[in-house]
Amino acid sequence: MIRIESLHFHYPGTDFQLAIPRLSVAAGEKVAVVGPSGSGKTTLLNLIGGILTTGDGEVQVGEVRVNALPDADRRNFRISTIGFVFQDFELLDYLTVWDNILHPYRITGALTLNGEVRDRAHGLAEQMGIADKLRRRPGHLSQGEKQRTAICRALLTRPALILADEATGNLDPDNKIRILDLLFRSVDEHGATLLAVTHDHGLLQRFSRVVDFSAFRSGAGDAA
Amino acid sequence: MTDSLYVAWQYIRYNKVKTATLVACITLIGFLPLVLERLLHESERQLASRAATTPLVVGAKGSALDLVMSTLYFGDEMPERITMKAARQVTDSDLAVAIPLYVRFKARDLPIVGTTLDYFDFRGLQVARGRQLAILGECVLGATAANRLGLDVGDSLVSSPENLFDLAGVYPLKMQVVGILLRTHTSDDLAVFVDIKTAWVIEGLGHGHEDLTRTRDQSVILKRTEGNVAATAKLMHFQEITAENMDSFHFHGDTTVYPATAVIAVPHDAKSGTILRGRYLGSGGEYLIVVPEEVIDSLLQNIFRIKNVIEAVILIVGFATVLAIVLVFSLSLRLRQREIETIFKLGCSRLTTVRLLSAEIGIILVGSGVLCMALLGAVAPFENELVRSLIIR
Repeated sequence: MIRIESLHFHYPGTDFQLAIPRLSVAAGEKVAVVGPSGSGKTTLLNLIGGILTTGDGEVQVGEVRVNALPDADRRNFRISTIGFVFQDFELLDYLTVWDNILHPYRITGALTLNGEVRDRAHGLAEQMGIADKLRRRPGHLSQGEKQRTAICRALLTRPALILADEATGNLDPDNKIRILDLLFRSVDEHGATLLAVTHDHGLLQRFSRVVDFSAFRSGAGDAA
Repeated sequence: MTDSLYVAWQYIRYNKVKTATLVACITLIGFLPLVLERLLHESERQLASRAATTPLVVGAKGSALDLVMSTLYFGDEMPERITMKAARQVTDSDLAVAIPLYVRFKARDLPIVGTTLDYFDFRGLQVARGRQLAILGECVLGATAANRLGLDVGDSLVSSPENLFDLAGVYPLKMQVVGILLRTHTSDDLAVFVDIKTAWVIEGLGHGHEDLTRTRDQSVILKRTEGNVAATAKLMHFQEITAENMDSFHFHGDTTVYPATAVIAVPHDAKSGTILRGRYLGSGGEYLIVVPEEVIDSLLQNIFRIKNVIEAVILIVGFATVLAIVLVFSLSLRLRQREIETIFKLGCSRLTTVRLLSAEIGIILVGSGVLCMALLGAVAPFENELVRSLIIR
């Protein structure tokens, strides 16, 4: 699913450097990425997702060479192939839970919002246990409910790859396990691949593989 | 685009106070010059049309503007008084019809216009309800005046004392409302019309009291001589003219020297008008004759000069407001950087972000435009009165 070869990346103006000689993740795998802060875990997710690009090396997701795509194609690739789950949810305060879940369909012409999508959104919300909160705004949700909303949003486009950046970092231990279970179940049901950055070593045994990131980074800096 | 509008609408709904403030600012910036333009246009229409239909005005020497404003619009500034000799002079010239006006008193803040029945014919004023003035002590109300006072035919109206603390001053007179005029959208709508003699009664030049020759109360008699009885201050004057006391009302002295504020001269033809003007201009006498249209033209020029200044001020304030609004949007953009970053990460293009923000700005502008039009629509029925109370006073 993911193939990275001879990747080199650095943020201009900093001495941060990320070097990954080779990394591959098979389809359907649930891979945890661990490593110290600033080691480039988020940078890796952004490179895979096409938010960042580098001409040095190769980032391939499925059959697509992400870093060779032009901007518009990269955006379309991102929205159709990748589901992002962010550490601090990144829900929009002014939208209801329902509108947050549907938001990817409203901000790009590459996706069409129709009855089937709405049914699927309802199904996901029920699966995540937030079907009764759809009319609420994020300000009236618990942390766990917010993260479940963010996961619904990430899964709604049926992404082949889910990139989770410390998706359970803001949750209490009980919620961490529940959210991770929900995420795993959804990933299995959708036949997706999961690459999740985590600092929580207690959760690692639940993943099919762990990638220790400290090995990849060279140089020092705070940009990751 | 529909989705952009939907998302923008949700943002606007969520940020009600910020949106309301922006809408209010933009609405005011649009509304103020537009309403000013309309009010000035209406004032120009009112001023010019009335001036154009009033050929000549004779009054005391002094401010031509005060004379015209008082005679045509019954304004607050009262010109120097003249006497009824001025009306006699116009009539005796055989060049014009003289319509005297005495605009000095008020009834509940509305001008009492003392005149003759010729005025109603001259202005084409028609009675909508009731009848025309017939006897002393009656009044006919303009349509707006009747509404504002809440009076109808058969009710009574008391003239306002000029000064509550002046015991020797003008006493109020209770007048009978005998007619309501059809609306004309001119100053006549706001006037209380009385016969000029009734205005003199209000001033105390004419009065009614019990017959001193038949009174049994000797304390009201100051001096009794052959053929004349002088009264003391104790003698009470009637404050209402009724059928019973009407005969006791009388005027002392020569009524040709009784006061008026102006005389409208309606020449029989253009030549008569020119001759009449020439007589006053050349005589160096005590009266001033003016063509209201010329006076109003000069006033309008001043008004439009002021309008230009006001518009320039509004333009500058508007420009400052637009800058402030741009600042608000740019600060808002900064505050929403994270949100913009999120939707970018989700796959949204920068162009979509611009479209979302444009939709928000568009909704705010359209909302302001609609509100502005609604305000203008709400003001429209009151333009006439606003002009009367704000500009033509």
